[in-house]
Amino acid sequence: MDWSSSLQGLAGGILIGLSATWLMATLGRIAGISGIIGTLITARPEGDSAWRLAFLLGLVSGPVLLLLAGSGLGDSTFSLGNVAGAPGEVIGEPAGGVPLMLVAGLLVGLGTGLGSGCTSGHGVCGLSRLSVRSMVATLTFLVAAIITVFVVRHVIGGGA
Amino acid sequence: MKTETLKTIMGYIAGLIFGLGLAVSGMTDPARVLGFLDVAGAWDPTLMFVLGGAVITNFIGYRLVLRRPNPVFGERFQLPTRQDLDARLIGGSALFGIGWGLSGYCPGPAFASIAGLTGPLLAMLVTMVVGWFLARAIPARG
Repeated sequence: MDWSSSLQGLAGGILIGLSATWLMATLGRIAGISGIIGTLITARPEGDSAWRLAFLLGLVSGPVLLLLAGSGLGDSTFSLGNVAGAPGEVIGEPAGGVPLMLVAGLLVGLGTGLGSGCTSGHGVCGLSRLSVRSMVATLTFLVAAIITVFVVRHVIGGGA
Repeated sequence: MKTETLKTIMGYIAGLIFGLGLAVSGMTDPARVLGFLDVAGAWDPTLMFVLGGAVITNFIGYRLVLRRPNPVFGERFQLPTRQDLDARLIGGSALFGIGWGLSGYCPGPAFASIAGLTGPLLAMLVTMVVGWFLARAIPARG
């Protein structure tokens, strides 16, 4: 087993948990990405959009900060970033071409919109609150995703 | 400093830490996410550690924070109150899971990867937003 990637996963997970706690402590909000960004774009609520836009900018600048830190430190002793194909790199390549991603995006947008949350809102925040709706949602999207990958990789066998 | 400005700064800090967490843990790489979902292949446990670390940290965090009467820069904690399980929740989550399994991107990593924008990622972000508009247009029953 690849322990260094597991440890980096744990470290990153703790940061994500701290972010969710921080957003609740300061603004009283759930750190659900589909909710924060989806509401920002589709509803633009008055007086409630600035922090959402700031969150989105922060989300985008997080990996950039790590890229800059990584290039400053070099890749000698420990590697920042945890990309599967190239340890130490920060942002990976998409798994498919434009047609596949158009379909996937529509499913992710529609699904998280209808289901009121994604991996962060239901997964991280909902499970932390022991919410039954979030437990059911998380189990559902995990199982659906596992079946999808199984069908794509092992039944159709394209080796996505 | 005005409260509105402070709220914006708090939102930025939350996003920044979230984005850092995604990048450190490798979740901005669809290959690593798909490696976790591929239980019949060369299974990659990383995502389990990410979700576990996040949930345990936030479980403790919420317990400390929610003892207070209200958030530092808000009037009240805005927590979901619904308890019911409906078709919208389950069907929506299933659709999301299929899209996640096809691409390896859920909304957080997809937006967090904008700095390394590619054609396929842009295509996904555009239809994701279209999907959010569509979901709003589908009225909730009951």
